[in-house]
Amino acid sequence: MIGADAIVKCLEKEGVTTLFGYPGVAICPFFNSILKSKIKSVLVRSEQNAAHAASGYARVTGKVGVCVATSGPGATNLITGIATAYADSIPLICITGQVDSMLLGSDVFQEADITGAAESFVKYSYLVKDAAEIPRIMKEAFHLASTGRKGPVLIDVPIDIQNHPIQTFKYPESVKLRTYKPTVKGHAVQLKKVGRELAKAKKPLILAGGGVILSDAVSELNDFAHRYGIPVVSTMMGISSMSSDDPLYLGMIGNNGRSYANRAMQESDLLIVTGARIADRAVSSPNLVTNNTVLIHIDVDPAEIGKNVGPTIPIVGDIKHVFADLMKDPVSCDFSSWVGTLSSYRKAEAPRKAPRRSYIDPAKFVEMLSSKLEDDAVYVADVGQNQMWSCGYYVSKSGRFLTSGGMGTMGYSIPAALGAKLGDMKRQVVAVCGDGSFQMAMCELATMVSNDIPVKMIVFNNGYLGLVREYQHNTYNSYSMVELGNTPDLSKIAEAYGIPFVRLKSQAKMEETIDSFLEQKGSGLMECILDPMDTVR
Amino acid sequence: MKRLYSILVENRSGVLSKVSGLFARRCFNIDSLAVGETDDTSVSCITIVSSGDKGTLEQIEKQLNKKIDVIKIKTFSEEESISRELMLVKVKYTKANRREIMEVCEILDAKIVDMSKNLMLIQICDTPEKTALLLKMLGGVPIIEVARTGTLALQKCTLSDQA
Repeated sequence: MIGADAIVKCLEKEGVTTLFGYPGVAICPFFNSILKSKIKSVLVRSEQNAAHAASGYARVTGKVGVCVATSGPGATNLITGIATAYADSIPLICITGQVDSMLLGSDVFQEADITGAAESFVKYSYLVKDAAEIPRIMKEAFHLASTGRKGPVLIDVPIDIQNHPIQTFKYPESVKLRTYKPTVKGHAVQLKKVGRELAKAKKPLILAGGGVILSDAVSELNDFAHRYGIPVVSTMMGISSMSSDDPLYLGMIGNNGRSYANRAMQESDLLIVTGARIADRAVSSPNLVTNNTVLIHIDVDPAEIGKNVGPTIPIVGDIKHVFADLMKDPVSCDFSSWVGTLSSYRKAEAPRKAPRRSYIDPAKFVEMLSSKLEDDAVYVADVGQNQMWSCGYYVSKSGRFLTSGGMGTMGYSIPAALGAKLGDMKRQVVAVCGDGSFQMAMCELATMVSNDIPVKMIVFNNGYLGLVREYQHNTYNSYSMVELGNTPDLSKIAEAYGIPFVRLKSQAKMEETIDSFLEQKGSGLMECILDPMDTVR
Repeated sequence: MKRLYSILVENRSGVLSKVSGLFARRCFNIDSLAVGETDDTSVSCITIVSSGDKGTLEQIEKQLNKKIDVIKIKTFSEEESISRELMLVKVKYTKANRREIMEVCEILDAKIVDMSKNLMLIQICDTPEKTALLLKMLGGVPIIEVARTGTLALQKCTLSDQA
């Protein structure tokens, strides 16, 4: 057995069945060893997309996503994907080949200091210098990636270490990390205080962030909210933690969120923030949040608590456990008049300005598409105006809404969707992107076709990088660098890859087009012609 | 506000860069930094003096705690600690000012550890204020080179007992 065999063996021990990668000389021992394994390795068309696909896979399966690339440019291409996963706390194992360990630091062909370069985007990284250490490192890496605040872990393996013989292979049962013990259960004294605040509160509100979904606490959140009748708003990453038809759910907050959700934030007297970092796009002035509000901040990462907003009651712990514990001591309270007030705000919300008639209304489209999806479908939104329309009008049932929230990485949706589909072939997966983001990732159509991964893709074509144009227009009253000009004929792109294509130009045809698009088997590409000057609001 | 961080870390390659990189990335100040092995060779101690508002100082501790290689952090104010800095100063002397330099060294408990016909190497090991004072008192003397270690600090014994 050699080092590369050991890596594969460790992946098998961790229950990995699928990985995404791109080869090069420095990682060839690994891709040779994997021939003997049942693990499915999916060849993507660019390393960045291997990380995004692993991210989509991880978010749908709840397992750790794995991506593998070679040294030098292969590794540096991974970085955007790693940073994207880091910003959204997605558990990934990223394995990179490296030049011979005797040559490290001498700038030989395809050498890049990837552990150094990726340092601020990884939860932890390893440069393996001894093949015998591989089992311990792999065990630790999976543990680190998937516990506490999840995130990507990078393992850089020089080619000679991959080829080095290993005498005996023993996968450790447990990890010994004296420095790493994430808190799972919330502190009992702090939890008691929540009950007391709840009894005093008149206008409580829960802000659900991505942490709710990451800690698999969706049902606990719903149980808690319903037990006391507390309304819920979400961050972008928290979308799909509650069903859209739930009377307690008010939608997304933030500068692109619903006005009544933001109003609820301003008026609440008890704000329970769960698994959210209260960043600038969600709350424009975080330091004002605590002015009239008791703030309870629940997060598994102690550093998030008090980073952007000083909480009244900090609770460090896994949200799933914290909610379950909070249910143990029932408090009597009645917030029905507050819920009533909020629903009157909701009714008073002015509808979005409709685009010119000859174009598709993207908001109506997202609403219709998502309501027609199967209940547990996965909806992947890209970045840009398409994301804002998706966040605003996505009808959430019991499915998952995926997007690159923290990093806002364009080109995320196509590779993440194919990863998500491979994670659960039984679930319906759609990717919604703009003509800009689609062109960043359309090379992955080949991955989809070659590996029989049926994903439905929708491209909102407005000929612009719309969200940037909107920003420039609002800021400078002019715009530049945002005209996409000659976007290739998407019907021909689809044809080239052998993917069925449909172009939707008229609002009247929307329903029948969506129906037949969703009904047809296999992949599909739909192009929606949007008003070039349409705006998010 | 000044704050001292005594950070026990795994004694592995790359750890110092991870810790200092964290300070750079999050725009935390490093006023001084000193590193060395502890009595346990698998553990190094990084002593960092930083400054910032209350929120920043709290974030520094929390973010350091997130680093997998960080074993333990002790943080204290200057009053709660004994801190020392070692400084070496090379000065140019003449017959005229030699006596004066020696007097300054004597008063400030500094030592002359090497000399040539016109150069002197002075060593001082004291609080950062005292080392700064030495430089100030040598004001009129041409200074050729200065090297200092950065602050080392441990919590005062009485406070450590309580902990």
